[in-house]
Amino acid sequence: MSDHDYRPKSKVGQWFNDRLPLLTLANHLTDYPTPKNLNYWWTFGGILTFCLITQIVTGLTLAMHYIAHADMAFESVEHIMRDVNYGWLIRYIHANGASMFFLAVYIHIFRSLFYGSYKAPREIIWIIGIIIYLLMMAAAFMGYVLPWGQMSFWGATVITNLFSAIPLVGEGIVTWLWGGYSVDNPTLTRFFTLHYLIPFLILGLVVLHIWALHVPGNNNPVGIDVKKPSKDTVPFHPYIVIKDGFALLMFMIVFAFFVFYAPNILGHADNYIEANPMVTPAHIVPEWYLLPFYAILRSVPDKLLGVVAMLSAILILAVLPWLDTSKIRSAVFRPLYKQFYWILVADVLILGYVGAMPAEGLYLLIARVATAYYFLHFLVILPVLGFKEKTLPVPLSITEPVLGGSPNLAVARNKESKIE
Amino acid sequence: MKNLFKLFSIIIFIITSNSYSFAAEKVEYLKTDWSFKGLFGKFDRASLQRGYQVYTEVCASCHSMKYLSYRNLAEPGGPEFSEAQAKAIAASFEVTDGPNSDGEMFTRPGKLSDKFVMPYDNVKAAQAANGGAYPPDMSVLVKARGGGVDYIYSLLQGYEEAPSNVSLDDGVYYNKYMYGNKIRMAAPLSDGLVEYGDGTNATVEQMSKDVTTFLMWSAEPHLEARHQMGFKAIVYLIILTVLVYFSMKKIWSRVESEV
Repeated sequence: MSDHDYRPKSKVGQWFNDRLPLLTLANHLTDYPTPKNLNYWWTFGGILTFCLITQIVTGLTLAMHYIAHADMAFESVEHIMRDVNYGWLIRYIHANGASMFFLAVYIHIFRSLFYGSYKAPREIIWIIGIIIYLLMMAAAFMGYVLPWGQMSFWGATVITNLFSAIPLVGEGIVTWLWGGYSVDNPTLTRFFTLHYLIPFLILGLVVLHIWALHVPGNNNPVGIDVKKPSKDTVPFHPYIVIKDGFALLMFMIVFAFFVFYAPNILGHADNYIEANPMVTPAHIVPEWYLLPFYAILRSVPDKLLGVVAMLSAILILAVLPWLDTSKIRSAVFRPLYKQFYWILVADVLILGYVGAMPAEGLYLLIARVATAYYFLHFLVILPVLGFKEKTLPVPLSITEPVLGGSPNLAVARNKESKIE
Repeated sequence: MKNLFKLFSIIIFIITSNSYSFAAEKVEYLKTDWSFKGLFGKFDRASLQRGYQVYTEVCASCHSMKYLSYRNLAEPGGPEFSEAQAKAIAASFEVTDGPNSDGEMFTRPGKLSDKFVMPYDNVKAAQAANGGAYPPDMSVLVKARGGGVDYIYSLLQGYEEAPSNVSLDDGVYYNKYMYGNKIRMAAPLSDGLVEYGDGTNATVEQMSKDVTTFLMWSAEPHLEARHQMGFKAIVYLIILTVLVYFSMKKIWSRVESEV
C-alpha cells in the first residue's frame, strides 16, 4: 500500500498530519486498491452506509418531535404526519428506510454467501457483519414499537415473551425487560432509549467492518487473491466511487418510489390503530424482513426449542467460515455449491412467505420442512460439499478472464502508475 | 444489466408476496375510479367538500376525528373551503374551554385552531351509547384497514339481508364486506339522506364515494404534496442517474471497454 510513504504537499498539511494523520487516512481511502472486476452486487456496501446515515439523520429529526409516552406516542406521530413541516416526508423516509436497509443487507449477505467472501482471511469482517445484522434487527424491532400502534404493542408483547421460555429465570427476565407486569410505558421509554443508542453502535461497528476489510482488501467475483496494487486493481477513487454512486442512485429511485407512492405498502394496517391491551389483532405478524425467522420460531412445537432454533438460525452464520470446508471461494467455480446456493435462497424466501401465513395445516408443514433444510444446508451440505465437490479450474489472476489481451491494457497501466 | 434485472425481480417478488400475505381471506371489494390514485393523483375538491358534509351530518354523531382541526378544512390540498367558510364551520360547534379566572369551564363557539369536536366525552360514554361497541376514530381509518379506501367504500354499500344460516343478535347487522360479516353499525346511508349544496344526486353510492374520499384526505392530508414532490424527485434522480452512468463509462474506459 502506498499510504506509508504519503506526505501532504503543503507545510500546514504536513504539520497537521504529523500530529494526527487524518490526511494519510484520506489518502488511504481514495487510493485503496480495489479489484477491478467487482460487479454490481459489490455496490451494496456503499448503499448500506447511505441507508445507515439516512436512518440516523431522519431519526434524529423525528426524535425532536416524537413523545415517548404510552398516552402520547401515537398522537405525536400523527402530529409529525400532519403539522410538522415535511414531517410526513421524514417519517416515511425513516419507516421505508428500514425496509430498504434490510433489502440491501440481505443482498449484501447473499452476495457474500455466493462469492465466499466470509472465508479466510475475511472471517472477522464477516462476524462483525453478523453482529451488525443482529443489532439492526434489534433496532428495527424496537423502532416498530415506538408509534405505539396495535402491531407495535402486540409485536413487543410476543417478542419479549420469548424470553419467558428460558427455564427458571425466564418470567423474571420478562418482567425486568418490561419494567412492569405487561408491555407499558416503561417498556416504551426504554425501547426508545435503546432505539436511539443502537444506530451509533452500528456506526462504530461499520468503522471496524471497513477497517477489517481494508486489511486483506475486497474479495471479488473470481474469488482469488489479488496482488495490490497491480493491474488487477483500480484505486477506490474515482473508479469505485462513481460505480457505487451510480448503483446508489438506482437504489434511491426504488426507495423514492416507496416513499412517495406506496409509503404504507410494507407496513401493517393495524399499526394505524392505537395500541389497546384489551384487543388482540387477528394475526400478529412482524415486519417482512423478520418473517423467515418468525417462521422458524413457529415451526418448532416447543417454545424454548423454537427460540433456540430461531437464534441458532442467525448465530450459525457466525461460524459459517468454519462450516464451509471448501478451499474455493467463488461459487462460479463450484458447480454443486451454486445449485445448493439457489436452493437456500428459495428456502429462505419460502420461510418468509410461510412466516406471513397462519401457522397451521400445510403452511406449518412447509415451514417445518424449510426450517429443517435451512439447518441441513449449513450443518451437513456445506461441510460435506467441501470434500466431495469437483471444482472447476480457477484462473491465476483476474486479469486473465477479464481483460484477455484487451487493447486498453497498456492505457490502464499508464493511468494507474500516474495515480499515487 | 442482467444482474440489475435480477435484483429488480427480487424486489418485485418481495413486494407482491408481502401484499398478498392475506389473500386467502380477501373478498372482492367494489371498485370505483379514485382521483387520488396514480402518479399525479389529486383529490376531487368538490367530492371532498361533499364528503365533509356527509361526515359531519351522518358519521360525526358517533365517530370522532380527533387529529383534525377546523383550520385543516381551509388548508391547501384538502377540501379547501375558504377561510371564512372554515371559520363559520368552526363557529357552528360548541367547544368546552377553560378554566376561566373563576376556575369554571365554559363553552364558546369553535375557532379554526380547535380540534374537531368529539361526539362523546370518552370511550366509555361512546360504548354505552352504542351497545358496547366503540365507533372507531376516523382520522386515520382508511390506513388502519387492510383494504383501505376500497374496503370503506364497499362496507358502506355492503349491507344486505342476512343469509338464513346466519343468526344475528339484537343491534348487529349483516354486511358482506365486514370481517366476519357482523357489524354493530346500522346501515348509515340511505338515498337522499343529505342534501348536497351543489345539486349532486345524493345516492348511497355517491355519498360513499364522497365520504371515503374525505377519509382518505383526513388520513393523508399531504397526499397531493407527496405526489407532486415524488414526481419531481424521481425525474431528478433518473436524470442524475443517466448523467452519472455516462461519467462512469468515461472514467472506466481508461481501464477497460466494458464495466
